Amino acid sequence: MLYVVPMGQKVLLNAKEISIILHRLACQLIENHDDFQETVLIGIQPRGVFLADRIQKILDKDYGIKGIEYGKLDITFYRDDFRRGGKPLEANQTHINFVVEDKRVVFIDDVLFTGRSIRSALTAIQSFGRPREIELLTLIDRRFSRHLPIQPDYNGRQVDAINEEKVRVLWKEQHGEDSVYLINQ
Amino acid sequence: MSELSVNHLLGIKYLTREDIELIFHTADHFKEVINRPIKKVPSLRDITIANLFFENSTRTRLSFELAEKRLSADVVNFSAASSSVKKGETLIDTVSNILSMKVDMVVMRHPNPGAGVFLSQHVNASIVNAGDGAHEHPTQALLDSYSIRERLGSVEGKKVVIVGDILHSRVALSNIFALRLQGAQVKVCGPKTLMPRYIESLGVEVETDLRQALQWCDVANMLRIQNERMDISYFPSIREYTQLFQVNRAMLESIDKPIVIMHPGPINRGVEITSEVADSDQAIILDQVENGVAIRMAVIYLLASKIKHT
Repeated sequence: MLYVVPMGQKVLLNAKEISIILHRLACQLIENHDDFQETVLIGIQPRGVFLADRIQKILDKDYGIKGIEYGKLDITFYRDDFRRGGKPLEANQTHINFVVEDKRVVFIDDVLFTGRSIRSALTAIQSFGRPREIELLTLIDRRFSRHLPIQPDYNGRQVDAINEEKVRVLWKEQHGEDSVYLINQ
Repeated sequence: MSELSVNHLLGIKYLTREDIELIFHTADHFKEVINRPIKKVPSLRDITIANLFFENSTRTRLSFELAEKRLSADVVNFSAASSSVKKGETLIDTVSNILSMKVDMVVMRHPNPGAGVFLSQHVNASIVNAGDGAHEHPTQALLDSYSIRERLGSVEGKKVVIVGDILHSRVALSNIFALRLQGAQVKVCGPKTLMPRYIESLGVEVETDLRQALQWCDVANMLRIQNERMDISYFPSIREYTQLFQVNRAMLESIDKPIVIMHPGPINRGVEITSEVADSDQAIILDQVENGVAIRMAVIYLLASKIKHT
């Protein structure tokens, strides 16, 4: 299914740019984590999982780093807006079949916006042990929109979008193409 | 759909099939949560729940309390034996007093059928029925169906026989509603004196021969004889009941397929079921108990999400 660009949308990143960025992020991870013996990758549900899948594949296929521990974390039950929104929150699957005790955890999410999801994830991951450290990798950092003192350690692209604008990340597996759009609402 | 159609869980009768699907889907996530090293999520930290038990309970009460605590709700417990109910206070007064202390949700077990419905019409809180007399026990039926779904893949099209004291059983009634709603076939089996009149009008068949019932079914849900609710003698003796309606190893070996054995507890070992069967691989009795916590977390979470934040 090909995504058709409606009016009022701007392409922030195309497939080629995304590919370059993903490889750069993978290399930056290698620089800090060497052979990933002590490191676990955690994709934040629902949308961070696509990015985490890609990063994990690149590390495996292109850089020969096998057997990286990789999990998916759902933050629904840890969010701070339960009963405050119009729509009830629907959960996604959490799949972490290892203990993160004393591990170096890398959170992976597609867009860092208010920082509240990552705040929830920081609480959620404690249910699986006490990590030695936690880092954050994002594809898009909307840097002027933060509500909390949270910053990425690995960053694809910084975007100075205003609050009414929306950043939409599309993945080949789900939408038929890799691209990032800025949408005027 | 991500929201229940109801604001209270008073009985399966009031639920839709979509509600049950949503509860099961949510319970899947909570089952994963309660198998983590730390079995607790902070979702309900600003919700207070009162557990009002006007009738004895061990399993259900513990299960509800654990479910509430694992959702981080504040919990207050109340049992009729040690309360002002004994001094003559009415149900509405008792509950209104508790709600004045800013309680958001009430989990109630009561000996009178319809107590939950009555309360929901008179007080401003979410009500969860944890058993009302011989009427309904919705969370038990939900966890029973959930356990069948877990073991056999789905409930739809499955053949379930409920064996024992159907007349006095709220578990039976809620199970019949839940199983029929999900497209299962249901038979009830037991002494004729313990069959409610017009039970067929609920879309179930009556079978008085246990062997035939077991031969027919995929799942047998064994119920306890509720002596405490029996005002007269419904059968000559426990020994005779046992001879006709006990599931034992010999009985299971005489049918030509493996069936799933369930029991809502408490078990009277040696009466409706032998220890050998209750402790066998065919029995999913302890899975039911584990699933009970996940199901109750799901119900409470989904109902709490409908309480407006103030």
